[in-house]
Amino acid sequence: MPLLRNNAFVVDTWTHLGLEDKLPDGGNVVLPFQRLKNEWESLAKFPGQLGVLLNNSDHAGELEHFLPHLALVILPFPAFTDGRAYSIARQIRLAGYRAELRATGNLLPDQFQYMQQVGFTSFDVSDRFPLSMWQSAAKQMSLAYQRGLYRRTGETEVWTERHMEAAPWEEQPHAG
Amino acid sequence: MYRYDEFDHQFVRERTAQFRDQADRRLKGELTEEEFRPLRLMNGLYLQLHAYMLRVAIPYGTLSSRQMRKLAYIAEKWDRGYGHFTTRQNIQYNWIKLEDTADILAALAEVEMHAIQTSGNCIRNVTTDHWAGAAADEISDPRPVGELLRQWSSLHPEFSYLPRKFKIAVTGAPNDRAAVKVHDIGLRLHKNDAGKIGWEVIVGGGQGRTPMIGVTVRDFLPENELVAYIEAIMRVYNLYGRRDNKYKARIKILVHEIGAEKFKSEVETEYARHPQQTTEVEEKELARIAAYFAPPQFEKLSRFAPAFEDAKLKHPEFARWTRNNLAAHKVDGYTIVNISLKPEGGIPGDATADQMRLMADLAERCSNDELRVSHPQNIILPHVKKDDVYSIWQQLGPAGLATANYGLAGDIIACPGMDYCALATARSIPISQAISRKFADLDVQEKIGPVKINISGCINACGHHHVGHIGILGLDKKGEEFYQITLGGSSTESASIGSILGPGFAGHEVADAIEKILETYVKLRQPGEEFLYAYRRLGPNPFKEALYATA
Ligand code: HEM
Ligand code: SF4
Repeated sequence: MPLLRNNAFVVDTWTHLGLEDKLPDGGNVVLPFQRLKNEWESLAKFPGQLGVLLNNSDHAGELEHFLPHLALVILPFPAFTDGRAYSIARQIRLAGYRAELRATGNLLPDQFQYMQQVGFTSFDVSDRFPLSMWQSAAKQMSLAYQRGLYRRTGETEVWTERHMEAAPWEEQPHAG
Repeated sequence: MYRYDEFDHQFVRERTAQFRDQADRRLKGELTEEEFRPLRLMNGLYLQLHAYMLRVAIPYGTLSSRQMRKLAYIAEKWDRGYGHFTTRQNIQYNWIKLEDTADILAALAEVEMHAIQTSGNCIRNVTTDHWAGAAADEISDPRPVGELLRQWSSLHPEFSYLPRKFKIAVTGAPNDRAAVKVHDIGLRLHKNDAGKIGWEVIVGGGQGRTPMIGVTVRDFLPENELVAYIEAIMRVYNLYGRRDNKYKARIKILVHEIGAEKFKSEVETEYARHPQQTTEVEEKELARIAAYFAPPQFEKLSRFAPAFEDAKLKHPEFARWTRNNLAAHKVDGYTIVNISLKPEGGIPGDATADQMRLMADLAERCSNDELRVSHPQNIILPHVKKDDVYSIWQQLGPAGLATANYGLAGDIIACPGMDYCALATARSIPISQAISRKFADLDVQEKIGPVKINISGCINACGHHHVGHIGILGLDKKGEEFYQITLGGSSTESASIGSILGPGFAGHEVADAIEKILETYVKLRQPGEEFLYAYRRLGPNPFKEALYATA
């Protein structure tokens, strides 16, 4: 499965481990949330970078105090119609998490822009859709009414634009 | 009325282009039907029994005459010359081709309309009081907030794949005409003791197979906090609403299963974490929108309009129509004209292109260029000078639009039922036609007085049968259509769910049964007591006896 980041297919440098797999000596390692919780005492000393794979029934609140130690959070879309991870993504971003946030599961290009707007930065996509389709899907809408979303160059927040003189969104996560 | 600025225009144009691309990919086979389904649904395109059906949003039910003419044009050019106004203040076209849909959306965009989120598991068209801005009892026009919510909910990236559809209704008057207690979120504007305006926020009402009256989660939410607070409700629902069973996926089930108190505390926790301290932008945006809804320049008229009174004396049929189809306007000398789309034997809510154009012309000349679609499936001219009413009535008559049954037994709500709908278990249109024929005599209808008869063709309750004073639900029993009757429902501020009266009836028996129920009521009512209140006083027994006592 290709990994899509910054509108290009890239190589995934993370090692994905299950509940039982042996922890390597270093490198970038993603673990299920369960394991992160259970083994935190030893994991806190892990020399490499840590990531976590959440279920979309997990509570983001429980993850909050781990967030400063994580370099990757992966949220699943078991079906493209199951939108829980959009809200979890926002909660995680609102909690101040700034590193990589990855979507995995059943992703469609038509949802790509929404995912970026709530803060996802990388995407496990299927081979079915060529890169060009993701690239054009990324800029289908140049406007959104909602405030406080992640936006890329060329995307406009309508209400903010209409009321430039008003106070900016304090936590503008992605002003650049 | 609200007018699009350059942003709104661009937004709808881009959305149309996006849909054109999706439809092309579907036609070329690059998208499976399963993948295309949620995409087309979020643009209002359903696949029905015979064809695609397109549902166009009429935000908070308000239309200009130019928009109404465009709806007529679409009906003629791409459908079979008519459209169906629905209980959710939308219009549906029943005979649409997939290939034409993007062109239709482009035509709508020209007049600042769209079909965004009229279907799908997202926040649907926000509905409101059809007399907003005109009603004598109104505290404040709820439409600016309707527009604010329309914009905020449009393509909301977080809330476009909810467990199930989500319907918000808003009312700005104490007499609730927007059925806010039977919506996923109902908002009721009211004033506190300090004279400030705020919202009662009601969550978890609904109809469908498990009808419920919503619970109040905030008595008085300050007006400026509305968007942020609703966002918190939506997030709680999106995270915890059931996704394992689509019949249990509405927010009402979540509220019911975890309990109102727990639900409230989840919402308040989520609300507390909201990072944005100021609501300055939302307030400015609401003020910007509200300016578009400034009341029209009403003339200073006397309450008594001699020509109007004169015409009533001369023409008893006109007098009857004014008795039933007009409502009190907040400005002296003006009135609200309710045009019934329920002619005897007709299809409730249907209007032909010619009828739409006539209503548009009348609105342009006599109603500040405004029309409304009401949830009981009628069309309203909200700001009419009493002196214009007679001439309006004369023009409506030949077009079949002067039926004097507004709010009476013939003013039936009915869903499309088996005649169009893929989910139906029975027909609803012929039942409504039979009842309206049975009560063709307007003297009889007037004698009975206000009564709401609502018909759905299956348990999904699109025809609001649970909240009809008399509800009729079409079911299937071993291949035969049969109809269950409920009494005592109401969607107003004293909302209630109707109770099933007894065994169902075959289609041809329904109109007689309704007649018996109403005869019983007329016999037993106290002076001036409307059907609903008589039922609440009497209970079901006298009606049961009338219907089921062996003859
Ligand atoms: C013809 C195609 C239609 C289909 C396939 C359809 C489908 C449905 C379904 C499945 C539900 C139940 C939702 C639930 O309980 O979760 C529902 C409810 C509802 N629909 Fe429809 N509907 C159609 C037409 C209409 C029309 C024409 C109207 C307006 C006249 C309408 C208005 C409503 C309303 C008011 C409800 C009940 C409120 C609620 O609980 O959402 N629908 N519809
Ligand atoms: S109530 Fe049933 S039959 Fe009627 S429109 Fe809704 S889904 Fe179709």
